[in-house]
Amino acid sequence: MSEPINVSMTVNGSRVSCGVEPRSTLADFLRQTLALTGTHTGCEMGVCGACLVVVDGRVVHSCLMFAVQAGGSVIETVEGLTERAAIADLQDAFHLRNALQCGFCTPGMLMTAYSLLSQPGIPTRDEIRDALSGNYCRCTGYEAIVDAIENVARDRDAASIAQTREEAGA
Amino acid sequence: MNALTSLDRPNSYIGRSVPRPNAKRLLAGRGRYVTDFVLPRMLHVAYVRSPYAHARIVSIDAQAAREMPGVKLVATGQDLARLCTPWVGTMDHFKGMKSPPQLPLPVDKVVWSGQAVVAVVADTRALAEDAAETVAIEFDELPVVVDIDAARMPGSPVISPELGSNLCFHGKIDTGGVDDVFANAAHIVEEEFHFGRHTAVTMEPRAIIADYDASEQQLTVHHATQTPYQFQDIYSRHYGIPESRVRVIAPDIGGSFGMKLHMYHEDMAVVGLSIMLGRPVKYVADRIESFVSDIHARDHRVRARMAVDADGEILAMDVEDVTAIGAFSAYPRTSVVEGNQVYRLMGAPYTFRNYRADLQVVFQNKVQMSQYRAVGHPIACAVTERLVDMIAAKTARDVFEIRSGNLIPDDAYPCTSPTGYQFEALSHHACLAKLRQMMDYDRLRAEQAQLRSKGIHRGIGIATFVEITNPGPAFYGVGGARISSQDGAIIKITPSGDVRCLISVTELGQGTETIIGQIVAEHLGVDRNRIKVITGDTETTPHGGATYACRGAGIGGETALQAALKLKANVLSVAGAILQEASEKLDIQNGWIIDAATMHPRVELAEIARIVYFRSDTLPPGTQAQLSVTHHYAPQGYPFAFTNGVQGCHLELDVETGLVNILKVWVVEDCGRIINPLLVDEQIRGGVVQGLGAAFFEECAYGDNGQLTNGSLADYLVPMAVEMPDIEIGHVETPTLDTQLGAKGVGEAGTAAASAAALNAVNDAMAPFGGSIAQLPMTPARILKALGHI
Ligand code: FES
Ligand code: FES
Repeated sequence: MSEPINVSMTVNGSRVSCGVEPRSTLADFLRQTLALTGTHTGCEMGVCGACLVVVDGRVVHSCLMFAVQAGGSVIETVEGLTERAAIADLQDAFHLRNALQCGFCTPGMLMTAYSLLSQPGIPTRDEIRDALSGNYCRCTGYEAIVDAIENVARDRDAASIAQTREEAGA
Repeated sequence: MNALTSLDRPNSYIGRSVPRPNAKRLLAGRGRYVTDFVLPRMLHVAYVRSPYAHARIVSIDAQAAREMPGVKLVATGQDLARLCTPWVGTMDHFKGMKSPPQLPLPVDKVVWSGQAVVAVVADTRALAEDAAETVAIEFDELPVVVDIDAARMPGSPVISPELGSNLCFHGKIDTGGVDDVFANAAHIVEEEFHFGRHTAVTMEPRAIIADYDASEQQLTVHHATQTPYQFQDIYSRHYGIPESRVRVIAPDIGGSFGMKLHMYHEDMAVVGLSIMLGRPVKYVADRIESFVSDIHARDHRVRARMAVDADGEILAMDVEDVTAIGAFSAYPRTSVVEGNQVYRLMGAPYTFRNYRADLQVVFQNKVQMSQYRAVGHPIACAVTERLVDMIAAKTARDVFEIRSGNLIPDDAYPCTSPTGYQFEALSHHACLAKLRQMMDYDRLRAEQAQLRSKGIHRGIGIATFVEITNPGPAFYGVGGARISSQDGAIIKITPSGDVRCLISVTELGQGTETIIGQIVAEHLGVDRNRIKVITGDTETTPHGGATYACRGAGIGGETALQAALKLKANVLSVAGAILQEASEKLDIQNGWIIDAATMHPRVELAEIARIVYFRSDTLPPGTQAQLSVTHHYAPQGYPFAFTNGVQGCHLELDVETGLVNILKVWVVEDCGRIINPLLVDEQIRGGVVQGLGAAFFEECAYGDNGQLTNGSLADYLVPMAVEMPDIEIGHVETPTLDTQLGAKGVGEAGTAAASAAALNAVNDAMAPFGGSIAQLPMTPARILKALGHI
């Protein structure tokens, strides 16, 4: 039962193919086999949000998924989103607003924010707090995180309005 | 024209909100937590734990485990007792306190449910867990001691019979005259309070890798701890390894809050396992293990009363606290400090002089209780502030009025509390006035009255507090604990004119490295981007207290300041020699040696460094430049730097469901000189939310048999973003004159009073119904009970 099974997937843009134990979670696989330690585990039961990653465009708990279930999937972790600068504005906003202390929850927070802000419009503070309802943070008290996400939402919206105007004007 | 402020000077960083340079790494997913570390040939340990809260170990059969795949070692208490000397969690200044000796793993009996009994070391954690499942331990159950009253009854089973009873410590404070005051008081209020156990729930659980190299007799421990020097000392002494050969490295740490400075049995065992195996051994607590083995906090029953005269002046307080700490006192800081602070901090913001208190610290069959953020403060604050509100109600006074009539006047310092705490300078009245204005209090009251008529029940609560920070040796050192109250820094100028500061205070995400960089930059006269601050490694940084009891900014900061000044004097001395100028006429600014009078730049610091390191031949004869300094600073003067403040809480109570919606929290805080407002405010916010967790959600629930019944993050409720309010913060700045920096601590202020303000607010919301509550957490069921609905 613990014989490794071969799985292939795309992780942060690279094709990965290797044997994994059937009982290995995606979180453990990413952290231990691929050394992508930006993904954290805080509860291993789907409640803290530290382990969130993008699987086929959806943000999922990597602690609740077996690595073998991710066969054929396209996966992105905080390292991948960082490298392709997909969350650079969020990271800057978190930095400036000091929206992290120990940083252990932070990759998960960024995943939630990434997903929330991929929807159109500017979420209200309540909507941001609601979106973060599966992300536990012991250090910050959340307000700075809400502020940082709100700031990015505004900036992105302003940028897209400016772009629309520019296109209309052109 | 605008006046220039001190922040307009070059290299002025103290008082400035600058973000944390080291946070970018964490944001990129490049944090390096012990959890992440993999060392060559590293093994993993899993523990077999006791299912019983109290039982004799009859036999252990681990033969099957030893034969499981990947298993390298199965070790019992006996095996580790051969290597590790026992420890006892007592301190001499708690007269008469007692606690049994502890070992990494038990040899004859278990004293709490979840206690680790057998260690199984294997190639992977999963294999170690597989093998651990096959270990058969036969237990003989013993009577369980759980209840604090039953534990103290004559004839109760005694957990450690050699100690004679289940009483760890009994303390009394009596200023005298209390009975007379109560006999003649115009009004007396009294209440029985219950404060549940809660726990730290750091996002990263405890994690440790011990790596013993027999060839050099060198022990290296990668340890997610806030106090690496303390553990260097402990590992050295208990395993008999010279201190010079014990290195403790604390890298990025995923939250600590006082929980990661206690000695844990599993952690001590890991060191022994590595010695036995000669290989690195890693232990990371999983979440369930954290709940049953991390320290728990609080757990008090307090009976308290307060006497007041006809004019509403508080005259006296009489307090009895019983607190339960598990089966022994934690090491090396003891489990008495929590209760000691509870009964010494009662009433501390107020002027009354008559005080009597009785503290009993009790053993029971639960996991250890010990210091966690704001040690004792939330209890003392909640009891005091609730009684003050009860007096306000009884004497028909407003909650602000009763406080302004009784708080120590802002011009009455220095003075002492009835329990002997010395206050250098506090600002209760200034804070109270500021809070009132920030809350727009009168409007809130008017709105409250209006909404009540519509069946909407809002509550307003305030709570004043003092906080102990910058502790001197009176805290631990005098009790015989080898815990430093001083700190040390090494600052060096590199050959290219950059600066490295190695300092003993540690980084936990609160921003230590950032503020130390600000202080060094300002006092040395260089851009902060040229300064690298290094913390958390006993091999490279000087010995110091590290991080506990809100001391990092006040003591570590002053250490850095004095070290920077010493280095600056050295730089100017050699610069004077090079420039043929009296060094007093020179200064450093933006990394340049300048003429102090004209601000005219003379030579770049980097050029001085180049000459010193590579062309000493060009220096005047006899010049021996010292571009590195080591400096230590130990607090003198006041034993503690007290801070103070006041919090306000506004909430809405659903009287049908007992659910509370926290609308807003305000904090006015006086932590002396503020080094970085951005970081200070986030310390307060994070602290408040931990206090609100204790107020409404968090409780380690135990059954009568001593079993923790909610040991998972799905069952134990922590505050989440949706439930938490925005928190508005104001400051009053009263610097301590004990240091040049003037900073006091701030890390615990938020937690100290948040639950008290919430308690007062809930009671305020309930007032029209005649109900009252005096138990934390205030769960919906307890609130409904207080309302008489169930
Ligand atoms: S580790 Fe996956 S949600 Fe906590
Ligand atoms: S920053 Fe520490 S848990 Fe969120």
